[in-house]
Amino acid sequence: MIQVQNLTHRYGDRVALSNVDFEVKKGEIFGLLGPNGGGKSTLFRILSTMMVPTEGHALIAGVDVEANPAEVRRHVGVVFQTQSLDKALTVEENLRAQGHLHGLSGATLRERMERAMERLGLSDRRKDLVETLSGGLRRRVEIAKALLHRPQVLLMDEASTGLDPAARRDLARHVEALRKEEGVTILLTTHILEEADKCDRLILLHQGKIVASGSPAQLCSGIGGDVVELDTTDGDALAARIGERFHLTPSVIDGQVRVEIQNGHRFIAEVMEAFPGMIHSVGLHKPTLEDVFVRETGASIE
Amino acid sequence: MSSFFLPAATLWQRELVRFWRQKSRVMGVVASPLIFWLVIGYGSNDLGRFYAGALVLTVMFSAIFSTITIIEDRREGFLLSMLVSPAPRTSLVLGKIMGSATLAWIQGMIFLAFAPLAGVSIHPLELIPVAATIFLISFTLTGLGFVIAWKMNSTAGFHGIMNLLLLPMWMVSGSLFTMATAHGVVKMLMWINPLTYSISLLNYTLHLPNAVPGPLESASITAGIGLLLLLACGMLAAQKATKSAA
Repeated sequence: MIQVQNLTHRYGDRVALSNVDFEVKKGEIFGLLGPNGGGKSTLFRILSTMMVPTEGHALIAGVDVEANPAEVRRHVGVVFQTQSLDKALTVEENLRAQGHLHGLSGATLRERMERAMERLGLSDRRKDLVETLSGGLRRRVEIAKALLHRPQVLLMDEASTGLDPAARRDLARHVEALRKEEGVTILLTTHILEEADKCDRLILLHQGKIVASGSPAQLCSGIGGDVVELDTTDGDALAARIGERFHLTPSVIDGQVRVEIQNGHRFIAEVMEAFPGMIHSVGLHKPTLEDVFVRETGASIE
Repeated sequence: MSSFFLPAATLWQRELVRFWRQKSRVMGVVASPLIFWLVIGYGSNDLGRFYAGALVLTVMFSAIFSTITIIEDRREGFLLSMLVSPAPRTSLVLGKIMGSATLAWIQGMIFLAFAPLAGVSIHPLELIPVAATIFLISFTLTGLGFVIAWKMNSTAGFHGIMNLLLLPMWMVSGSLFTMATAHGVVKMLMWINPLTYSISLLNYTLHLPNAVPGPLESASITAGIGLLLLLACGMLAAQKATKSAA
């Protein structure tokens, strides 16, 4: 449904995207995960036809975004990171204006608006001015708006930014239902791990490059066993001594030492024995996408 | 066909609804030219002479304030959702400009209610050419505002433009002194200033003095510049972005 081929984008001398290549299948929820400045927004702007790439191609529903943006816009619904509603208008008026922009009118438009409001649970708020709505509700209006023209693909840029955990779960539920019941293909950008975990597949973007790709489970299983985190006063010194003694290569993120290892519980006992008094606190967890990111880039996502 | 006019119509309607919900904007736009006009007019004991200028100033304020909303639309993201819709850019531009021009026109028409003070009485039938003239001026000034606002990313810069370009333009348009009394460079500036023709046209339709240059010339120049600006707006909006658009 979405094909991205050797996409490169430069702002002047700065390379924002470098040879990015991936494909999204119909009905997938596909995530672009990475820190701010990693290239997500650039990629998003190109896919949403807001910007033309320096090199390479991107196709949505088989149509090239650069060659035929008007056609692509018919197939794509876009939810921006910044709000795109008119706050001085009501929910209904916003939806109607959007429908008109897509050439919808009359009975068709009314029926689509009803359906979109019902699907996103907005029917009882239709007469409310957008400025009186909460952040979570506004997001839902944004999605309703993006769905009016029945796009095959929904692009969402950091859609859950600024939402509280309950609103975020609610949003995820609506997105999942969309995919399941309407077969919409969803591409979302995020820097929130919990959200990335819910994607079918994702790519990790760092400094404009894809550093890893696959399903969340695949990506995490690439890290053997457990992740042990050690808090200490001098992370580099501890890492060096662990390296010497256990023949491991720990990484140091923000002063914290991380070790990927089988049977982490045994390692914890050993390392505490070996360096008494040096370690303030110990953590052990199964690998997460954050660990995958740390392993691939040596940096943290957030 | 409907895919061209429907988006334009909806944007036009949006401008009107927003305006209706912020009625205080009317006061702000009409009040200052009104005070300006009354002070200068009574002070010089010639309200009639400054009437057309004050009306054009009202229209100009309104047109400029309305086009500033492009910057707000961009900042608030509404512009983005227009730009990723399949609606033709020219249709979006037309809708926005017609909406803003209509608002400017409404406020110009409100100002027209003070015409009796200037010693102008308007026959109901004469209202048509007067209203048409005010609309033409509104349209042209909105086009100018759009061209200025499109590339700007903050409203702060707009004040500079207002003080350095728009107000001087207004001053040398025949609004304060006539072309007959002007000298040298100022007189030349008046000849090339599109607003000179707007004021003259308005004076002509209101049967006020100083309708120089003549009505035909004034009408065609005002309309011609309006169309040129519309074309420029269309071209600006159709540009493809290689940098971040918003």
